[in-house]
Amino acid sequence: MGDWLINHPFWHALLRVVLLVLPVLLFVVPIIWFERRLLGWFQDRLGPNRTGNIQFSRTSRFVPFFLKGKKFHLQGLAQPMADGIKLFLKEDITPSAVDRAIYFIAPAIALFPPFALGATIPWGPFPLITPVADVNIGVLYILAISSLGVYGIVLAGYAGNNKFSLLGGLRSSAQLISYELAMGVSLGCIVMATGSLKPSDMLAYQGGAFWGFKESAIGDILANWNILTPFGAVAALIFFICMIAETNRAPFDLPEAENELVAGYHTEYSSMKFAVFFMGEYASMFVYSAILVTVFFGGWHLLPFRFDYLAAHYPAAGDIWHVLDMLNGNSFLAPIWFILKCAMVITGYIWIRATLPRLRYDQLMSLGWKSLLPLAVSNLIVIAFWIFATDTFGPLVGWATSFLAVLILIGLYRSLNKNAESTQLASRTIELVDPSPRRTVELVEPAQVPSA
Amino acid sequence: MNNLPVSPNLIVVGGIAGLAAVAAVGVVLFNNAIRSAMCLVLNFVLLAVLYFSLNAEMLGITQIAVYTGAIMVLFLFVIMLLNLGAPQLLVEKKDPKRFAAIGFGVVLFGLVGSQLLPAFNGVSTPQALDDFGGPHAIGRTLFSAYAYPFEAVSILLLVGLVGSILLAKRRI
Amino acid sequence: MNGVPLAVYLGLGLFMFTAGVVGVMIRRNPIVIFMCIELMLNAVNLTFLTFARYQAVKMPIPGDQQASMMAGQMMVIFVMAVAAAEVAVGLGIIMAIFRLRDNIDIDELNLLRG
Repeated sequence: MGDWLINHPFWHALLRVVLLVLPVLLFVVPIIWFERRLLGWFQDRLGPNRTGNIQFSRTSRFVPFFLKGKKFHLQGLAQPMADGIKLFLKEDITPSAVDRAIYFIAPAIALFPPFALGATIPWGPFPLITPVADVNIGVLYILAISSLGVYGIVLAGYAGNNKFSLLGGLRSSAQLISYELAMGVSLGCIVMATGSLKPSDMLAYQGGAFWGFKESAIGDILANWNILTPFGAVAALIFFICMIAETNRAPFDLPEAENELVAGYHTEYSSMKFAVFFMGEYASMFVYSAILVTVFFGGWHLLPFRFDYLAAHYPAAGDIWHVLDMLNGNSFLAPIWFILKCAMVITGYIWIRATLPRLRYDQLMSLGWKSLLPLAVSNLIVIAFWIFATDTFGPLVGWATSFLAVLILIGLYRSLNKNAESTQLASRTIELVDPSPRRTVELVEPAQVPSA
Repeated sequence: MNNLPVSPNLIVVGGIAGLAAVAAVGVVLFNNAIRSAMCLVLNFVLLAVLYFSLNAEMLGITQIAVYTGAIMVLFLFVIMLLNLGAPQLLVEKKDPKRFAAIGFGVVLFGLVGSQLLPAFNGVSTPQALDDFGGPHAIGRTLFSAYAYPFEAVSILLLVGLVGSILLAKRRI
Repeated sequence: MNGVPLAVYLGLGLFMFTAGVVGVMIRRNPIVIFMCIELMLNAVNLTFLTFARYQAVKMPIPGDQQASMMAGQMMVIFVMAVAAAEVAVGLGIIMAIFRLRDNIDIDELNLLRG
């Protein structure tokens, strides 16, 4: 009985869940700090970048002797800490006109998807403790859970009983639905190339020979990271844009556009409940970058080289390859490389936030439906042809076919766009409501002003 | 059904089924359309869990992605649009024939249940293969033996697409 | 799942279907009526999947044995697709009615009454 209790798979699963959820929770504060600092640099701001410089008094009796006159630089870490303390200690106001039950449930629902999303993502070569569930529907699971992310926002917008938050909720539901499609199709390309829905299979596939160069020197050395292949690069770009939209980050942060909608869906939320939304956003940033890294950037490996293959096939220098393989991530270093890669993606997030202005709503919709979705679908068609041609006629024909397909698609796009552009220009001419000439202010020369 | 061994599986599945039934009642009885929709979402998620318990993991996850991720979001979207435009429309008047309808429901449940459920008394071991609901099995069947129905469904979806655009556009 | 009688799933399916029927009868908001129809469709889906898993009824289906075993799941996929198309068109119709008449109460939409 006791043995059954200890060795029950339930406890293993619980351990895996804790090992997944704890890092996601713990990384929220460092990510906020990182973002503050980077934005401080990008925007030339002095404050958040370096708050928390403490200098102890040289003469006071209250300072112990070993601290006298010491300086400490917290490098801006004080800012997120102050933010957190402020959010926790603020008065928790519940407006009287809200829909109470939904008002309280919404933040909890918003927090659920970011923590559940990573359950199929392996973060190291440790099959016993990661991923939480290596199920054969892994990618579909990611898509399904990410589609639940809309509920927290929509319900928060509804529960506030406020036109602005309702508009924010409506916008976000339209945005998330539109970008989920392109996201799903871009992941579909990788699923087709891999032939499996499991993220762990995708990782194994990315450790194989480089696409189209099997049984050659390049294929022996270079690993098949999806980002390095042409279709994978396109899919990664689409996925990256879609995941920025899914996490409601700038430039896609229309649900909370503060210059139009006060604060969007969380206008009526304060204190801890607002902090929960905030936390959910940063946690989902981290988890989505983990997905991007796993699916496109080779997971926990540092460099796209096949040291394990080389070690097996060139035993003369086998030890060197083994050591390099360990350094490349086939050891306890794996989580470190994985988190570093996630940090790179998060840097991309913040960089884009600092660079691009917010999109207009129709621009957002047309980007999703008219650019990303056709691109993703044509990418899917190209990869399908490529796989077929490679399987039947060999890699060279495969490359040629895909090249031809890309040319055809570009030609098709340009011929379609030529018509669309002319009509669009016609509809976009601006008509002035009152075409009368503007009032002009006549300047008086300084010399003519009568002096006092 | 009387001397059924109570296994942990039965407790878990029974609990989930009970919750799903409560959520289904909530859909019907809540006067507020948003609450009805949320109950339906809960019901669909619990149904997906039940699908997982039937080893149909592919369809369970499709259930979450399609029903809760797309269809119910569409419902919420429309309810909120109406809420923004004319909130008084979402307050329903009580229907006078509701007691008769509930009586009818009870009779329907009793009648069909009493005829149907005893016929499957004692069936508690699944016969299908354990991986009959995986993506490989479903994909192979869907694109070989069921290719024509699949194409027909794709045409249906296309018609739905065109129809909804026609309905939504004010001027074409 | 082992040890769970088929009747649990079937009973839930029947209950959900009944709830859907009652909902269609007593609600007046067409959106909620739509939701009740979805409830009924899902009840049927659950029943299909349950029978597919338990294979309690041996039906002599000509042709591929594998394909006949998957019939329940295929049916569920098609039902889902039909439900999606139905919702897209149905909600479009509701919005169109709302734009035309500023009212969506199902008992007052009686233009076709003779």
